Amino acid sequence: MEAAMGLMRRMPPRHSETALSALLSLLPQHSSDLLSQVDLPLQVLCDVDIGKEFILCEYNRDADSYRSPWSNKYHPLLEDALYPSSELRKLEIEANDIFSIYRDQYYEGGISSVYMWEDDNEGFVACFLIKKDGSKNAQGRRGCLEEGAWDAIHVIEVGPEQEGATRYCLTSTVMLSLTTDDESSGTFSLSGSLRRQMHMNLPVADGHLCNMGKMIEEMEGKLRNSLDQVYFGKTREMVCTLRPPAEVAQMRLPDS
Amino acid sequence: MAEEETELSDEQKKEIAKWFLLNAPAGEIQYVAKDLKSVLNADDVYNEAASEAFPVYNKSHMICLEMRGRFGDVLVTSYGELNENEYLDPKTAQVAIVDHVKQVCTEVRPATDEELPSPYIEEYRCALEAEMLKYVSEAYPKGVCSVYCTNGKDAEGPGSDFELVVVISAARLSPQNFCNGSWRSIWNIEFKDDIQSLELKGKLQVGAHYFEEGNVQLDTKHEYRDSTIFQSPDDSAIAIASIIRYHETEYLASLEESYLNLPDTTFKRICSARLVNKYPRRPYVILGLKAGA
Repeated sequence: MEAAMGLMRRMPPRHSETALSALLSLLPQHSSDLLSQVDLPLQVLCDVDIGKEFILCEYNRDADSYRSPWSNKYHPLLEDALYPSSELRKLEIEANDIFSIYRDQYYEGGISSVYMWEDDNEGFVACFLIKKDGSKNAQGRRGCLEEGAWDAIHVIEVGPEQEGATRYCLTSTVMLSLTTDDESSGTFSLSGSLRRQMHMNLPVADGHLCNMGKMIEEMEGKLRNSLDQVYFGKTREMVCTLRPPAEVAQMRLPDS
Repeated sequence: MAEEETELSDEQKKEIAKWFLLNAPAGEIQYVAKDLKSVLNADDVYNEAASEAFPVYNKSHMICLEMRGRFGDVLVTSYGELNENEYLDPKTAQVAIVDHVKQVCTEVRPATDEELPSPYIEEYRCALEAEMLKYVSEAYPKGVCSVYCTNGKDAEGPGSDFELVVVISAARLSPQNFCNGSWRSIWNIEFKDDIQSLELKGKLQVGAHYFEEGNVQLDTKHEYRDSTIFQSPDDSAIAIASIIRYHETEYLASLEESYLNLPDTTFKRICSARLVNKYPRRPYVILGLKAGA
């Protein structure tokens, strides 16, 4: 399993689906581990009752069906499927409403979904998903890249309440891929994913949604900085090490 | 999702193994091989896949191997390939015998006369090589360059066409910084005797892999075409080298341009760092209000 994850860290991110299905066929005994540990670009389905798209992931999947956060129905319909408790479902509905506003403010478009489920230690888990297509063919209001996709997955484990506070553990993954292609500069493609974790103990009095919202917003800010540093900083640094720009080369010449 | 439990045939496993090896980023095939071996858990299948995939990978990444006996480095490329394990180093007129899977040069022998170009061609090749070595040593801190004759190497004098290929390979591997990268240029130069012109075709490719707490890869490609007039070996060499220098500098500038524009485009168009001024409050405040309401 460790070796499989090692391979996933080296394969080109744009082929991560191929890589995962290859690993699944080589290691069928680890399929559930692989499916839960490997992050792939998010897929969407349309909720037929509401006419609104929702995001698919391991957390709203049961067999081959996915539960829509809008109608709470599985697509395709599934009998004896798993649902969150009615109390948690109430929180899930509210989280979806508020997260849509958050998403619209930061992303101007895109799709979001929030799923919640009870876990084994008296707490619950919430998964916040955002998908935004920034390519020039997309419906997004300001697309212009040949291809540009943003997928964010935030999973928050919420522990049981202890003396008025709760422990929140957030694991976030952002997958960003962008490609430009034109006559003068050829094809230029950057793609990949970054993952970060954050733990916080916060008072329950503020409400779970408020606490989780704060953490996600802070995390997205950090991830955006990391993406900036890694995607555009580190890879540019590499290009300049391979073939330094003329000014640098000239500066070096007298020394050598 | 592919969850079928049917056992794969060895042939299918081998194909999958080859896919992983061939998709290894620059300088990382040995790490991929190690993980792959333990995932496959079948040495026969792995060995077969490795023996087929490594030569292809080594040639497409144009890896650089050290030749024993003070001959310097040899590039493993399809242009210098005499047979699967033998690669010509035109600079020293030596042939490196290569172990693909270990990625080492095991032996060196002098090239035979049949393996080398005629004196007439060699004059052009040698002049271009000298110019290119000068350029590469200036422009690439760790670049290796070879000039091959890929067509018409036996021409004895004026009156026939021939083709030279300039290859530049520069890799920077620093796994301790979680970062590897490579630059590859391939320039085909057709010497057209009848119309007294030189046709240049360049293919540039840059890759980078960053893998600390993530997996981010840069992959860029570009092609250039240019031409100049057929002149004496020395004058042709100078003309070709300056065309190559010009386009590669231009390409670097266009990459810089992408780096200048893309962060802005990306973060503005995909996910802005600032909130759109549509709502009076920050979202977690909205979250708090709603949740507390």
